[in-house]
Amino acid sequence: MNKPIRVLAIGCLALFVALLLNANYLQFVEADSLNAQNGNRRVMDEEFSRDRGAILVGGKAIAESVPSGDEFEYQRRYPEGRLWANLTGYYSYIYGRSALERSQNGILSGSDNRLFVNRVVDLIGSRAPQGGSVSLTLDRAAQEAATEGLERLGDDAKGAVVALDPETGAVLAMAGQPTYDPNRLASHDLPATTEAWERLQANENDPMINRATQQILPPGSTFKLVTAAAAMTNLNLNPDSEVQAGSSLSFPGISYRLVNEGGGNCGGDRISLERALAVSCNVTFGSLAGQVGQEALAEQARKFGFGQDYLEGLPANASQFTSSPGTDLEAPQLAQSGIGQYEVSATPLQMAMVTSAIANGGDLMRPYVVSTVRAPDLSVLDSTQPDRIGEAVSSDVAAGLQQMMVETVRDGTAGSAAISGATVGGKTGTAQSTSDRPPYAWFTSFATSGDRQVAVAVVVESTDTARPEISGGRLAGPIARSVMQAVLDR
Amino acid sequence: MSTPAGQAAVPAYTPRKRRNAELLLIVLAVVISIGAYCAVGIGVSGEVPSFAYRLGGAIVVVALVTHLLVRRFAPYADPVLLPIVITLNGLGLAMIYRIDLARLDKSGPDANTFASQQLIWTALGIVGFVAVLLVVRDHRRLQSMTYTFGLVALVLLVLPLLPVIGQNINGARIWIRLGPMGLQPGEFAKIALAIFFAGYLVVKRDALALAGRRILGVDLPRGRDLGPILAAWLVSLGVLVFQRDLGSSLLFFGLFVVLLYVATERPGWLVVGGALFLGGAYFAFLTFGHVQVRVNGWLDPFADRDRNFQIIQGLYGMAHGGLLGRGLGQGSPDITPYSYSDFIAASMGEELGLAGLMAILLMYGLIVERGLRIALICRDGFGKLLAAGLAVSIALQVFVVVGGVTRLIPLTGLTTPFLSYGGSSILANWAIVALLLRISDQSRRPAPAVVQLDEEDATQVVKLR
Repeated sequence: MNKPIRVLAIGCLALFVALLLNANYLQFVEADSLNAQNGNRRVMDEEFSRDRGAILVGGKAIAESVPSGDEFEYQRRYPEGRLWANLTGYYSYIYGRSALERSQNGILSGSDNRLFVNRVVDLIGSRAPQGGSVSLTLDRAAQEAATEGLERLGDDAKGAVVALDPETGAVLAMAGQPTYDPNRLASHDLPATTEAWERLQANENDPMINRATQQILPPGSTFKLVTAAAAMTNLNLNPDSEVQAGSSLSFPGISYRLVNEGGGNCGGDRISLERALAVSCNVTFGSLAGQVGQEALAEQARKFGFGQDYLEGLPANASQFTSSPGTDLEAPQLAQSGIGQYEVSATPLQMAMVTSAIANGGDLMRPYVVSTVRAPDLSVLDSTQPDRIGEAVSSDVAAGLQQMMVETVRDGTAGSAAISGATVGGKTGTAQSTSDRPPYAWFTSFATSGDRQVAVAVVVESTDTARPEISGGRLAGPIARSVMQAVLDR
Repeated sequence: MSTPAGQAAVPAYTPRKRRNAELLLIVLAVVISIGAYCAVGIGVSGEVPSFAYRLGGAIVVVALVTHLLVRRFAPYADPVLLPIVITLNGLGLAMIYRIDLARLDKSGPDANTFASQQLIWTALGIVGFVAVLLVVRDHRRLQSMTYTFGLVALVLLVLPLLPVIGQNINGARIWIRLGPMGLQPGEFAKIALAIFFAGYLVVKRDALALAGRRILGVDLPRGRDLGPILAAWLVSLGVLVFQRDLGSSLLFFGLFVVLLYVATERPGWLVVGGALFLGGAYFAFLTFGHVQVRVNGWLDPFADRDRNFQIIQGLYGMAHGGLLGRGLGQGSPDITPYSYSDFIAASMGEELGLAGLMAILLMYGLIVERGLRIALICRDGFGKLLAAGLAVSIALQVFVVVGGVTRLIPLTGLTTPFLSYGGSSILANWAIVALLLRISDQSRRPAPAVVQLDEEDATQVVKLR
């Protein structure tokens, strides 16, 4: 009977080897992914009991952990929750984290590999691990100006503002309305947290999405900047070149005609490109789109950042020229695309990138919100270097576009953005989605004063204002102006 | 078979007592147990538990007394088994106490606690261990009661199904209630079955070893010899159907098949047994909702987080423990339901880490290896089969429960020997160790001198004491 017993011993050995290997797989190989699972209470409890690092704007915390005296030891606090909710996101026991609380979690919670040495020191010293801090590029005055501007539109209005430093790509303001108070989701009173969450989820205005980076809407006439850039590059036009205008654009064999907003004729059948942009002539840009062609126009949009999400650390959607890359546009559709309708849709961040590339002499910079990341001992772990994505337009074309945008403010639809003592260029936009909903009002502009520069995009989605009164210039222009003013006054 | 049933082949072996080695290992086991208890106190509240000295004293006394009794009544017994079992039992106690503290912290003084009961069960288990060692002075006497044990096993299996004393807990009908005590007769049935199988097979093995057809190089048994294995299969299915106890069903059937193989030396039985197992498992999967739940929870626990809460929490715990563990008293094993019994392996993995869990698995591996070694050197067929059966039952049980908890195989409810909370489990497993020590004492002692007798009345001399 000894042979079977020996076989049995080998069989039992195999069983135990299988158990040992499986335990290694579970606790070593698979451990990280299990720890990262949503709703893993052990990891959440441990993290929640940690001294989480702060998120700072201009040296002041917009998210910080303070001793709480309860079982979690620390409470996450957002001193001006509604003002910065887009950026901080929430840090909730039940619902996890979002926005920077999510993307910067490694640093904030102290588990990032760059903090490894700190962790070992903490372990040896038997101290609780501490999180590092994250400093943002944002400008408090600009953010406040943006938020106040949106609030002044009334409680029913939805909208978003983005301001960029054209030279570096640094995000100076990023506001949205409606917003929410992340303090309510970070509460240790869990039933109250659940209630607040459910109320936010039930709100049909989606207060928790970041309208500046997530909501893609038809950019309307602000997209004429892209069409103009494509035309100047591909057709060798300059601001003084004569282009087709008039009251309508017709297409061979089709009864559809593209007309101007308000039914005018843009001041003649042939006007200068500069004039066409200043009065936002649909006929001109519809015809230019046709002359440039779909491929060149789409390529110009791509060079300005369409089709890709360049922002790191925040949830964002890519803007699009057509809803799927392979689409072949008919002539009327291409003309409509040229004036920012049909399937063209963009985030406010995207339109701010278009303007900032123009203001920056044609160079498109990668937008970013995190400027410096520090260890708990305040030593700098990482600081973001400006990154040039590429040349959106040549410097000549950029100069021409700047000149035309300045003219649009001086004597055109964008007059509401003028700031005395500064060079300001802008472009309005009014885009239609469906006939039963109010159109979107857009405004994008740049301002230069001395060595200070700023580019802004504003969108107002809907208000209870009567339809004819909605135009980018009247609703969105003043907001853009006050944000630019705030940056220039700094 | 070249050797007759009464005297099996034995590898060359030099008898040594090794009692001092055992004492040294027991000291180590006691240090680990008391250390774990203190670590729990320090981990939870920052101080050594106030009763650590009394408890430590009690553990030292009990361990020493046990050792002295073994020294006196089973001087040649295996020196490794007892220290390992003390270590596992001690670690289990510390973990149950640790989970008690978490429950007290959460639910206040009314919370159910288990450590003190487990302590009493452990004391009773050691008393039972000594009793078995004293009463069973020669394991071969058990062979004469083969069918008695068979009957006892059957009664024990049927008991939970009876009205009044039978109890339905968590969907399984494996409990009986006697006054204040709840018992799982299945744990004891395991021992009775091992004795019955060993006694039965050692007699019938020659008949069962006759081969029938040969397929793919494996001799399959004759059709008419399939009776016993079919009976064992049906009983196992009965356990599954009527008691809804997946783990025990698998354990009983596995035990029988393995012993059948050892007794007959015919791998064909493993093929037949494996086929019957697969058939039964497939039947169970199709027929029983709770088996499907277990299988689905094994394939993809995250598909239904509510239903698979326990296994998911067990996995989270072990993942959170990582390589070195959170440290005793510093994890959250109490989140997992039944973290003190079925899922105690996950609790160990969380607080002692991969290192601790591997050490525990290796200790079980050592128990099994020592058990099979005892079977190898045992001089009689019955003892060989019994030792092999007990060792394999521990191996299967550990594989089924730890494999289930770590998602190697579908989860089935079984206790983790010596670690889990549960009186029946502790009592039965200590009795198993006593039996293994008894067989090893018989096997390891010097062979009796054989007196040369006249041809006519030549017979075998066997020392009975």
